[in-house]
Amino acid sequence: MRKLLFQSLFRRPFTEPAPSSSDAAVSELATALGRAARRRLGRSLSIREVDAGSCNGCELEIHALNNAYYDVERFGIRFVASPRHADVLMVTGPVTKNMREALERTYHAVPGPKWVVATGDCARDGGCFAGSYAVVGGVADIIPVDLHIPGCPPTPMAMLQGLLALLERVDTGAEAL
Amino acid sequence: MPSPIDIMLRGREVQQLGPWPRVTVDAVTWNFATGELAQGRVSLLGLWGEPTTVHMAVMDQTSSEIAIISLDCPDRSYPSVGLHHPPALRLERTVHDLFGLTAEGLPDTRPWLDHNNWGVRFPLGDCIDASSQPLAYRFLPVEGDGTHQIAVGPVHAGIIEPGHFRFTASGETVVRLEERLGYVHKGVEGLMRGATLERAVQLAGRVSGDSTVAYAFAFSRAAEAALQLAVPARAVWLRALLAELERLANHLGDIGAVCNDASFALLHAHCSVLREGVLRASNRAFGHRLMRDVIVPGGVTRDLSDEGREIIHAMLDNIRLRFPVLVELYDNTASLQDRTVDTGVLTPALAKQYGAGGFIGRASGRSFDARRTPGYPPYDSLRFEVPVLNEGDVNARIWIRVREVEQSLGLIDQILDQLPAGSLGTVAGQRREPREGMAIVEGFRGEVLVWLRLRDGLIERCHLRDPSWFQWPLLEAVIENNIVADFPLCNKSFNCSYSGHDL
Repeated sequence: MRKLLFQSLFRRPFTEPAPSSSDAAVSELATALGRAARRRLGRSLSIREVDAGSCNGCELEIHALNNAYYDVERFGIRFVASPRHADVLMVTGPVTKNMREALERTYHAVPGPKWVVATGDCARDGGCFAGSYAVVGGVADIIPVDLHIPGCPPTPMAMLQGLLALLERVDTGAEAL
Repeated sequence: MPSPIDIMLRGREVQQLGPWPRVTVDAVTWNFATGELAQGRVSLLGLWGEPTTVHMAVMDQTSSEIAIISLDCPDRSYPSVGLHHPPALRLERTVHDLFGLTAEGLPDTRPWLDHNNWGVRFPLGDCIDASSQPLAYRFLPVEGDGTHQIAVGPVHAGIIEPGHFRFTASGETVVRLEERLGYVHKGVEGLMRGATLERAVQLAGRVSGDSTVAYAFAFSRAAEAALQLAVPARAVWLRALLAELERLANHLGDIGAVCNDASFALLHAHCSVLREGVLRASNRAFGHRLMRDVIVPGGVTRDLSDEGREIIHAMLDNIRLRFPVLVELYDNTASLQDRTVDTGVLTPALAKQYGAGGFIGRASGRSFDARRTPGYPPYDSLRFEVPVLNEGDVNARIWIRVREVEQSLGLIDQILDQLPAGSLGTVAGQRREPREGMAIVEGFRGEVLVWLRLRDGLIERCHLRDPSWFQWPLLEAVIENNIVADFPLCNKSFNCSYSGHDL
């Protein structure tokens, strides 16, 4: 283990921007996201993730936000275990009828000011599951949504961009609920 | 001596040809099959309903012969299989929730997927209007002194799918875990009815996000079996490439995540980097990080370019360089092994009884791997081993994943070397008459089973069975007598699908 840790000290970090354009975009986005988050929320933004019926695809990519390539924690953005600690609810999936109540209760457990990010195509309007007897629809059918991040699932990059868009909106004075 | 399946099939009209027979039986033969399941001579592959019929797919334990038997139940009831063979319990509760068919003698008649929120009862059967009033679920009664209950979920602390766990603990020790699932039930099998093949394969690929390739693969093979479509060789091999990339990404992620649940974050960080490498390579080679919507009935929608091949090769080289160091680290960290060895032991007997597939079965002595038996192309032309261990603990489930990572690396090499040239697909022709097909495909978690019937080119009925159906109940068994703090470790080492199960 010591060897591995030692190597890590000298190896170039994965997060360093590589010459290709997509990696440069990550770094550019990262700086902007960091600034905006700091201005509004004093260096921290806590996100509670709620799967309201997703296929788990969005969760996999949200997990990726925490890996060394995207490393959201460097901007003070972290995923928290309780809605009581959260500023943002990140909701995935078509909202199933069996998850409706749990989603509402989680939303009400988040202290204000709070924002809701509907993540993935299903979260907009139920996606390919819309119209099912077991599905209510999109997240906005249940709780107020501030931002939607499209994709099936959205890439981690798209999610970072989405969070940036949210922070900009917050900065321009849009009222949170 | 005739095999149990010969006896079930004898003298009956075969209603489905490809690739396994389906016959309609009488209650006597149905009960005979239940008896054979209870005796362990055949194992249960699936049990599903239609408005007035119930189907059961079984596999002979010795010959690996597979058959589907169907029982007509015009009076909406059939003899319970779960009464004698517990792995069928939740399946029969589900058949009741969705179709209103009653399993006579079923010991547990509580609803399973139906939480009384749908506004209808028996949505795939008579579809009776019902008021949506959440009813209290009757958890199993607990008796005895000094026990307390811990209720967890449906919204969990991590970034994971929703489900409810009710622990009964005595001090720190879990004396019982009861699962309640169904929160992410989306009614996929309802949406399948009347769907075109194009929409249906899209839905199948969204049953469980981490197994999107496996589901699209299984669905497409079932549709091709029904339509007797021959898939061009290049597409067959590309499908296996996609499936192995998916397996690789999931196993790498899981190995790190299990260690993370023992607070060993270093392995998690490094495994996540390797996983990300697979996803990026997949994205560049096939245009989507999870390789969604690439496999379709008849073939695949995307080809692999020379550049894609190079990208995958480079990714494999990187894993071959970095992964062995991580495995060595796991093997040499006593504090981590202290958490994983002897934790959450699944006995081989239970794994066999439940027909547990994937790394869960293979860590508990059950060698079943659908790529080998019943097998499907191109795996018959590829060299690979199916690792098996008998310990059945968290450690064994990690080691099976490690070995399967190594096997997948070798498989991808072989596929890239031997990838035949040619077209990517054939067009599925329309057939007016009803046609049925079934397929079993090995996903990273275990075997995915899809059975379907087409009529006029549309889906009349499609059943998709996730491997988790036979794994979730075992999680309840393995956590017994472990401490509450080891539950995340046991749970992650199983990594059952919520969405695949709830459907």
